[in-house]
Amino acid sequence: MSDIAYVKTELSPTLPPPPNAAGPMKWLKDNLFSTWYEAIGTVVASAILIYLFMSIVDWAFVTSVWEASSFEDCLERYTGHPVGACWGFVDARFNQFMFGPYPTDSYWRPIIVGILLVAGLLPIMFEQIPGRKIAAPLMLGIFPWLSVALLHGPIEMTTLDSGLGIGVTALLFVLGIALGLYGRKNFNPGQTMIGFGVAYCIGVMYFLAWGLGLETIATNKYGGFMLTLILSAVGIGVSLPLGIVLALGRRASNMPLIQMLCIGFIELVRAVPLITILFMAQFMLPLFLPEGVDFDNLVRALVGVSLFSSAYMAEVVRGGLQAIPKGQFEAADALGLNYSMSMRLIILPQALKIVIPNIVSTFIGLFKDTTLVSIIGLLDLLLTMKQAITSTKWLGMEHTGYIFVGLIYLVCCFGMSRYSIYLEKKLHTGHKR
Amino acid sequence: MAEAAASAMDISDEVAIQISGMHKWYGDFHVLKDINLTVNRGERIVICGPSGSGKSTMIRCINRLEEHQQGSIVVDGIELTNDLKNIDSIRREVGMCFQHFNLFPHLTILENCVLAPIWVRKTPRKEAEETAMHFLEKVKIPEQALKYPGQLSGGQQQRVAIARSLCMNPRIMLFDEPTSALDPEMISEVLDTMIDLAESGMTMLCVTHEMGFARKVANRVIFMDGGEIIEQNEPEEFFNNPRSERTQLFLSQILAH
Ligand SMILES: Nc1ncnc2c1ncn2[C@@H]1O[C@H](COP(=O)(O)OP(=O)(O)OP(=O)(O)O)[C@@H](O)[C@H]1O
Ligand SMILES: [Mg+2]
Repeated sequence: MSDIAYVKTELSPTLPPPPNAAGPMKWLKDNLFSTWYEAIGTVVASAILIYLFMSIVDWAFVTSVWEASSFEDCLERYTGHPVGACWGFVDARFNQFMFGPYPTDSYWRPIIVGILLVAGLLPIMFEQIPGRKIAAPLMLGIFPWLSVALLHGPIEMTTLDSGLGIGVTALLFVLGIALGLYGRKNFNPGQTMIGFGVAYCIGVMYFLAWGLGLETIATNKYGGFMLTLILSAVGIGVSLPLGIVLALGRRASNMPLIQMLCIGFIELVRAVPLITILFMAQFMLPLFLPEGVDFDNLVRALVGVSLFSSAYMAEVVRGGLQAIPKGQFEAADALGLNYSMSMRLIILPQALKIVIPNIVSTFIGLFKDTTLVSIIGLLDLLLTMKQAITSTKWLGMEHTGYIFVGLIYLVCCFGMSRYSIYLEKKLHTGHKR
Repeated sequence: MAEAAASAMDISDEVAIQISGMHKWYGDFHVLKDINLTVNRGERIVICGPSGSGKSTMIRCINRLEEHQQGSIVVDGIELTNDLKNIDSIRREVGMCFQHFNLFPHLTILENCVLAPIWVRKTPRKEAEETAMHFLEKVKIPEQALKYPGQLSGGQQQRVAIARSLCMNPRIMLFDEPTSALDPEMISEVLDTMIDLAESGMTMLCVTHEMGFARKVANRVIFMDGGEIIEQNEPEEFFNNPRSERTQLFLSQILAH
């Protein structure tokens, strides 16, 4: 009986792992050479990998041609050895790939936009870079219009042509500011927002009409990587907020009309291929619009792409909202937070965090889907390349050309994917329960 | 000691909560039937009853987490209607602690505590943080202020949840089984916090099956079954001399082991 009685009197010491349980040799043995057939597999796979790697290096760096003025410089007849990549082609047409038919002496305009975009996004994307508090409102409130002005120059506003139009807008501007100041004095956020909102919109209108006094460059001159970036940046910038609004609308069971509208929009847009939406924007929109009102081709594509990805984004966000336990909503309610506060401070931060991978997937999909605008005649990166390789001066550049384009897409999409992983790690606040 | 303190705590004549003729349905299901209850300021009420008897539903009606369909609920002189303004002002005055704590996992303990004061009461951040630290000290975990909820034990999380409610400076506190998701050794730390709170004169409504707690701090125990208030009495009388059969059965079941 008393045999089962046992009392531990000493503490066991903490020991390092035995030598064969750690280190690189152990890893090799466990993972690559644990049995004879695994060893064979390892050898064969290594051989294939090495062969692939060598071929790529050979194609891209060893037998490639770096300077060429036409396709003939990249022929074996001329170089005396079989030729891999013809980077000379990419070099010669590089500006076109980046800017399409944009006027050469105005390249500085998209370049400034690009620099502003990167400079504005970096502090927002990475905490380590200071200035987020300044950058975020600038990027939201000023950058879009500044870019339009830089890229396009002045935009014709028929409203501002007549004295009446100027008078009315000026009056509205003054009234807006007055209402805003009045609302602020009385701590009425609704009045403040409407007042300043109206004033801001009219300010933007005047600014776009002025367009920094630059020369107008019509949107049919946009192309190449620049156009791809414009489409995806606008698509991303619009689809996330619009998707969130649609997702919240879809869940607003106490407002059935709004709910139905959101459901209808999401389901309709998701049920139709993007190409169809682009075609509709191209050919059907004019039928619905009053005569004389005409949208720019690029604007139509932007609207189509943005609406399309918003519908997907809405469902992604709804998935995140669905995953938030009811208790979180209740705790927020019980503390007296109103709807907008509880969404903004409690629910959305958690819901969006959960669906970061899906949001980024949607972004990546959107980025690649922008290639479809070539169907309605916009010169995106891929179409620019296609045109370049069909020119008689550059025959047989398909390999180099498409691999170059593919690389650009790869770098951008891989970058987004890595950033999403970085974000997930950063926002991880410990232990899920 | 606590008992002496409890009996010394004064209950004013001022009415804090007045529920009269309140009914609630979930679809066709009649969950709450003709609830009448008056709570005076400073009262500490324990609500018990079998599972599904509507205890949670009743106290959740008080801060409009659930909507009642008939009868009236008046909290602090404000009647609960569909008017969002009334609901918001009642929620500001009524704190609530849940069975599963419901802390906000993406915010630190301190941020959890200052969020509502800053956004709802428009307290300056510095002042809100001071108040938060004061209450975190009261619940004896000031050193955890910068951690995230996921890094705390259940008992600690529940104490944070209590501190978070107190930061809004509520006049009434509701508790829905605050200890029933906790391991036994953590229950007492949470109950101690609640006893302290009761001694400070807070009006409390507490759904719990901790009968020791009920005896110690409650001045009234309410027994619910089938969506009705079956019996209410002072704790001594309630436990020693239950009048209704259902109460006797219930007490015999929970005291059996
Ligand atoms: N959202 C709901 N829809 C339909 N019925 C519900 C809902 N919530 C609760 N009920 C029902 O209402 C009744 C009362 O539930 P309530 O949660 O108030 O019980 P309780 O007394 O708190 O029980 P417990 O001790 O298990 O927490 C139960 O029968 C439950 O099934
Ligand atoms: Mg319950």
